[in-house]
Parts: sequence; structure tokens; C-alpha cells
Amino acid sequence: MSMQISYTLNGRKLTDEVDPVQPLTEYLREKGCFSVKRGCETSNCGLCTVLVDGRPVLSCATLTARINGKTVETLEGLQDAAAEIGAYLADEGAEQCGFCSPGLIMNIIAMTRELDHPTEAEIKAYLAGNLCRCTGYVSQLRAIQKYLAEKERA
Amino acid sequence: MFTTQNYVVASSLDEAYELNQKPKSTVLGGCGWLKMGRRMMSTAIDLSALELDQITEHDGYFSLGAMVTLRQVETDPRLAAYFGDCIAESVRHIVGVQFRGCATIGGSIWGRFGFSDPLTLFLALGAEVVLHKGGTVALSDFVHMPYDRDILVEVRLPKRGQQAAYVTHRVTATDFPVLAVAACRTAGQMVCAVGARPQRAELVRRAPDETAEAFADRCADTLTFSTNLRGSAAYRAHLCRVLVRRAANALEEE
Repeated sequence: MSMQISYTLNGRKLTDEVDPVQPLTEYLREKGCFSVKRGCETSNCGLCTVLVDGRPVLSCATLTARINGKTVETLEGLQDAAAEIGAYLADEGAEQCGFCSPGLIMNIIAMTRELDHPTEAEIKAYLAGNLCRCTGYVSQLRAIQKYLAEKERA
Repeated sequence: MFTTQNYVVASSLDEAYELNQKPKSTVLGGCGWLKMGRRMMSTAIDLSALELDQITEHDGYFSLGAMVTLRQVETDPRLAAYFGDCIAESVRHIVGVQFRGCATIGGSIWGRFGFSDPLTLFLALGAEVVLHKGGTVALSDFVHMPYDRDILVEVRLPKRGQQAAYVTHRVTATDFPVLAVAACRTAGQMVCAVGARPQRAELVRRAPDETAEAFADRCADTLTFSTNLRGSAAYRAHLCRVLVRRAANALEEE
């Protein structure tokens, strides 16, 4: 069973024959987007977050058929923002094993696009679906607040 | 993960309905729940191309298409302006923003899950569902109907001047609720929906002159509760007594 889809991946227009019910996580990895990872099997960890038409979704719960006609962004297409946010996370010691960082950074990018001047409570609520098993989220929160403050100053 | 022999993006509701008459066909929602199982489908029916992803406001009600995501429900300014915080409160604890960007209101309500937050609130708000063949049905009836081969097209939230409060208890943030309570007052009459017992949400009507405490006690003493890994039946009954009282009092303070 296959289905033809056309979509945009990180700025590139693509047409492809796909298995419509393949989870988008695995499909994007086959396309070379190795930042998209599976951290759980229950749609809970947020590690597989990608942006579809600008909105953050779990690629593990998104069928590949459903990106037909849409725009998909992964960390591979957002390298500047990823490097900038990653530097703030590293400076605050928030990177430990680092496995959860791609999904967290994707959702931070989504949050900065959607919310103006988010409060601490709004940041926590927006990022509640990104789990980290190494830390207590304190260093991440510090890094995010410094990143947001710097963005506002700029 | 489920498997399917065919995948059809339906071009009309009639086509989707016809395909769904085969017992091994399945209508897809956001797939957050379906992906957790290993269902073997003959045809997976995708409603994505039917423009059911819109929230629209009408004279007497809000219409939520079946493919509207929980995140759309959470962030729609018209729903917030009419119903207040209860709408966002009923979904904001569900996993995370990204999950709510996938999960659909059609899937949530059709599933009539025993853990469902939106089912609990929508029941208290007096919602209706629109079925392709079955027409418009009160959610309070739909919640007791067996699963059939119809298709849920739309969920309607009537505009009756409802005031509602939604409260839950969770073992940990973003988890299923241990118990979910929605209280709603419409034209002086209060009802309460209690969900995550963990059974399909049930409505209880508050009697005239019944105090919040007596109402909460009656809910806790007459509803049935079960035990699962999140809590015992006795614990849930205790939570019911507390949460119904809090929700009822929250409305009285408004």
C-alpha cells in the first residue's frame, strides 16, 4: 500500500510515494532528519516534536499521509535557532545526556512564535509535554528565560 | 501501531460512511489512542479532507468539527469569551501542547473514554453530537450508546448562558486524571459531571435548595467508582466528595 504525497520539508518541495500509516517519526528519519527521535512509545515524551504548518505536533502520533500539502519543519531546517538555544542550555548546564534536547528546542521555537512575553507559568505549561529524565528542569527554565530576555533586548 | 490494508482520504461523508459499514474499517481521529493498539483494519478512513477542522459560531451554539484539535479548543478566543476558563482548563493538562495539536475532539468524544476530560466538561455544558446518519443527539444520551458504524461529524456547544467550573486531581502533571469533575449552572439549575471514575462520565442534577456539601455527598455516595493503578475506588469516592463541593462552591462565588 502506498500513497503519493507532496509537501515541503525544511524549505524543500518534495513529492514522494509513502506508506500512509507510517508514523512521521520514522518517515522523517528515513529522509535524513535524525534529530527526530523516539523517546517513548506512549506519545508522552515530546522528543519527536516537529512543526507542521508552524504548529508543534508529535511526529510519533502523526501519520505520514497527513503531511500531504503541508509544510514540515525539523531541527535540521532551523539550525541557527537550534545553535542559539542550544548554547543557552549548555551555558546553564541543562545539557546532560542531551537526548531530549531536539524535541525541547523545537517546542521552545514553537513557543517563541506563538507567545509574546510568556510568564514562567506559561513557559512551564507550554513545555510540560517535553520530558527530561536527567534534570529537574530548573536549569532549562533558567536557560529559556535568559534566551527570551536576550531576544527581547535584541 | 495499527495496521491497515487500505487507506482512504474520504472525499465525502457519504463515502466515509459507506466505507465504515465494513466491520474492520476504522475512522481515524488524531491517532493518539489508536496508535497505542495493534488493531488490524481493512480500511483506515481519514476525514482530513472534509473541512471538519473548523470551530464556527452560530446564533445558538458553537460548532466544533470532528477534526478540530484539542489545542484549537484550548486556544479559541470565542469559546473562552463565552464559556470562560473551563474550556482551556479541561484540556490543558492533557500530555502537552504537541499531543493536543494531534488529538481531535471527534476522537475524544467518539471514544467516550473513561478517562476523558473533554467528555466530562462537555457533558456538563449540555453538548450535542451530530452523527452522519443518526442526526443530532444529546451527549448525555450518546455517552450511553454502544459503539456503532455511524460517523461523528460535529460536536455542538449550545449557548445557554452556562457558567461552568472544571477541576481534576492528577497523580502527576500531564497524566490522566484520577477523577474529573465539571459543575455547570444554567438558568439557576446546577448539574455536575463526574468522569475518570474511571468510567464514562455521568451527570448528576443538583436538587433545589441542596447545599454544595449535600450535593457532593450524594454524588460520592450514589455514583460508582472503580480501582486502577492511579487510585482505588474508595479514594475516588473521597475525591468526588471534595471536588464536587469545590466546583459547586466556585460557581456560587462567581
